[in-house]
Amino acid sequence: MRKIESNIITDAVKILCAQTSYNLPDDVLKSINSSICHEESNRLARLILKQITENAAVAKEEQIPLCQDTGTANFFVKIGQEVYLEDGNIYDAINRGVSLGYKDNYLRKSIVSDPLERKNTKDNAPASIYIDIVPGDKIEIAFLPKGGGSENASALKMLIPLVGWDGVKDFVLSVINDKGRNACPPLIVGVGIGGDFASVGLLAKKALLREIGSKNKNEFYNQKEQELLFEIDKLNIGPMGMGGKTTALAVFINTKPTHIASLPVAVNVQCHSCRRKTITI
Amino acid sequence: MKINLQDLIFNVRNIKVGQEVLLTGSIYTARDAAHKRIMAILDNGGDLPVDLKNSAIYYCGPTPSKPGEIIGSCGPTTSSRMDVYTPRLLKEGVKVLIGKGSRSESVIESLKGNSALYLVATGGIGALISKTVKRSEILAFEDLGPEAIYKFEVENMPLIVATDSFGNNIFK
Repeated sequence: MRKIESNIITDAVKILCAQTSYNLPDDVLKSINSSICHEESNRLARLILKQITENAAVAKEEQIPLCQDTGTANFFVKIGQEVYLEDGNIYDAINRGVSLGYKDNYLRKSIVSDPLERKNTKDNAPASIYIDIVPGDKIEIAFLPKGGGSENASALKMLIPLVGWDGVKDFVLSVINDKGRNACPPLIVGVGIGGDFASVGLLAKKALLREIGSKNKNEFYNQKEQELLFEIDKLNIGPMGMGGKTTALAVFINTKPTHIASLPVAVNVQCHSCRRKTITI
Repeated sequence: MKINLQDLIFNVRNIKVGQEVLLTGSIYTARDAAHKRIMAILDNGGDLPVDLKNSAIYYCGPTPSKPGEIIGSCGPTTSSRMDVYTPRLLKEGVKVLIGKGSRSESVIESLKGNSALYLVATGGIGALISKTVKRSEILAFEDLGPEAIYKFEVENMPLIVATDSFGNNIFK
């Protein structure tokens, strides 16, 4: 067994909250930069894409959050089964790190304690924490702070198996066409297919952790990702929904086995401010 | 085009959809919770904490300012969540709305009827926009945290005309 003090997790989470809010990942920035070249004829699309790269530079240089919506704090944690967490539990350790990280670094607190009463918890806790137990003696923590605007554009549908890929594709395109304009495009589109009602949303959300430019390990879905990206860009939504070729930077598909009667599909929409970072303890 | 808020309102008929604007002047932030409170005050005939006549409302909930800083990150939030309140505010004299994303038909009709404008700021560039805020103070509803009403003095805030006073809409 490897003993890990819960304070080590709290401190790591605290640092993660700040760093992730100020730094746009390299793959996202690279993708935005290459999109600028594709938008040579669209004045506003080019203007907006350039603003996004300028914003990334200012945020990094001056340690200002990239976006004022510093998000729901999503954590995807892989805990090695040989890890023994001393003096506390993992949920408390992460939530303490979120509370300190958001307060001490002047990040926005966007969580209300009850969905209808709507009182701000004032420290952005509780986080959304998803835990997998894996072999080994390490803890991997992936942080994905996610803004409300793009989350509101996301959707889930239980399709019937006979509609197949065409049905999945139609649903994804209808979600992006209906709501994509308000979700701060260019988007990253996470698609979950399979599982059940509860797990398909998580499949779509976890897909957003993939780096832009990375290939799906399954060749069939790799092609489907390219097909969807091509179709989404044809919708002419463009940067901030004002037209152009750059509606999405990437589509990532995650699948899992499902019931003979079911074809669940979830679309988790991510804005261009795709902040994410993974650390290993 | 560089323009101050008074000139923008005075020349509203010459402002066209798709135009880029660098706005200078005083604007008030208000998002979901502040809108709800303003409506309640209007319904009850109470005194509003801000003068809506010829005002500009920015849908924004900033990050808190660090010590010595004017304001934190402060980009726009999705405007459509405010659609249901907007015609009433335009009737009360608001002339400029600033946010991101498309609006409902009734908002567009109301902009037309009240000779008002809907401008969009780019979402997700709150660090860059914060550099255009030269002064900031909390005017009301401080208990709402990021949803309080702030008064921002902005200088050359980068915006795009999304709906002009003739109802021309960039999102169509």
